[in-house]
Amino acid sequence: MSDTLTQKRPSIIVEGVRKTFQIRHTHSMKEAFISRIKRKQVGSTPYNALDDVTFSVAEGESVAVLGFNGSGKSTLLKLVSGVLEPDAGRVLTRGRVAGLIEVGAGFHPELSGRENVYLNAAILGMNKAEIDERFDRIVEFSEIGEFIDQEVKHYSSGMFLRLAFSVAIHVELDVLLVDEILSVGDAPFRKKCTEKIHELAQAGKTMLIVSHNMAMVQELCERGVVIRKGKKVFDGPIAEAVEAMNAK
Amino acid sequence: MTSVDLTGFQTPGRGRGVLDVFNHGYLLRLLIRKGTATRYRNSVLGWTWSYVKPAAQFFIYYFVMGVVLQFHRDVENFAIYLFAGVVAINLFNEAFGNATHSIVDNRALVRKIYLPRELFPISTIIIALIHFLPQVAILLLACILVGWTPTFLSLGAFVIGLVIVLMMSLGLGLLFGALNVRYRDAQNFVEIIRMLSTWASPVLYTIAMVQATLPEWAFRIYMLNPLTTAVELFHYAFWAPTTTTPTDTLAPSIVGDVFLSLGICAVLIVIGQIVFRRFERSFAQDL
Repeated sequence: MSDTLTQKRPSIIVEGVRKTFQIRHTHSMKEAFISRIKRKQVGSTPYNALDDVTFSVAEGESVAVLGFNGSGKSTLLKLVSGVLEPDAGRVLTRGRVAGLIEVGAGFHPELSGRENVYLNAAILGMNKAEIDERFDRIVEFSEIGEFIDQEVKHYSSGMFLRLAFSVAIHVELDVLLVDEILSVGDAPFRKKCTEKIHELAQAGKTMLIVSHNMAMVQELCERGVVIRKGKKVFDGPIAEAVEAMNAK
Repeated sequence: MTSVDLTGFQTPGRGRGVLDVFNHGYLLRLLIRKGTATRYRNSVLGWTWSYVKPAAQFFIYYFVMGVVLQFHRDVENFAIYLFAGVVAINLFNEAFGNATHSIVDNRALVRKIYLPRELFPISTIIIALIHFLPQVAILLLACILVGWTPTFLSLGAFVIGLVIVLMMSLGLGLLFGALNVRYRDAQNFVEIIRMLSTWASPVLYTIAMVQATLPEWAFRIYMLNPLTTAVELFHYAFWAPTTTTPTDTLAPSIVGDVFLSLGICAVLIVIGQIVFRRFERSFAQDL
């Protein structure tokens, strides 16, 4: 962390966060009731996906979250995006947060590409004027062209992902969360996406990136947070973070 | 880190509940448009189904209650009496059923993107309201044919009845929609409520018959059902002006019932919202 960055106010604060998932034993009111009578476990077997994780991301900083599968990286992003709530500690964000997380979740196959662009952009928090203004750029970036008025169910999976990604990346944002998304589409489109993310980083947007692609992460981020089995084990310059991650 | 100035920070995932509808107006409109546009996709008759279904239901009720059980002798313009009640209950059943399923049906979104989740039940209730309008149009047409003219009071009764049905759908919809995420039993329980709703309010019979049959305390309990008030208000709005002796068949204390029902519905919405908030924290992991 350079001095100029630490002087800026943080955009994301993660403080003492714990997320516990319950491995559930009952799935209906009846089961829960009978288990209670029999004095068996009702909710039970907690599992800490994240345990006492603390860090903050300064405004304009790009931070990578590194870790092996199941280490709790995606859970962390979901906590920052608000989809999940922490069981202990707190998460705070400043400004508009948008995520490149499972793009296309809000797409409806029966609607046209155009209708889906509007619907999804609105789901991601934009109003009509903002979408109108960006619409042409979204379509151009996705390279969908004349198919924009076709129903999305007729799209190839590549077209679908390109459009979904294009909507998500054009959202008005201050903080961008990226979860292993750059596996979208063919090589030229991937390159375009990486460039776009670079562009956003250059424009001073705050980024929190989860990826297994070490080359890309080292290129995009200056700092890395390593998570292992739900605990933060390293926080520092990206090159050292990658080493720490591969250490064991 | 605790010394950081926290002004301007938000906790992600905390909305303002039902009130969030007001600052997500555009998204709500799009969700409603999606619901209405995709509802009858790939069907030949399309929107006609919104007429066919209540019509079929009306004819079977009319045949059994009116013709076989000879109700139309006791109740003047029985067809209009019946249809006014049927549309009110249909609106409730549709709105309440949709709202109960709304969170589970939108699991793809709920699990991945944060948006105020109350938007889902609310948008489905408004979609139910849109599908209710053609039925009201038919009812109005029938009323006009038998000489109904709108008065300020009858329109007011209709609007208040509508508000009661929608409030009750929202309150119960929030409650059961949230419970349904963790316990799918909720939707079966809701099916029972929807099945009983037609019979638990004076749709197929008159309130005077209930009053004559039930003891005083049981009648009080019967009258606590806000849907009963709503159905009576619909009767008052559409059916009463077309008859000569409406007072025999309407609720004895309709004004008091209106306030009581609005109060009960408000309490239901508060309970629904509290439970919804409580369960919302774990929607993404339970779906």
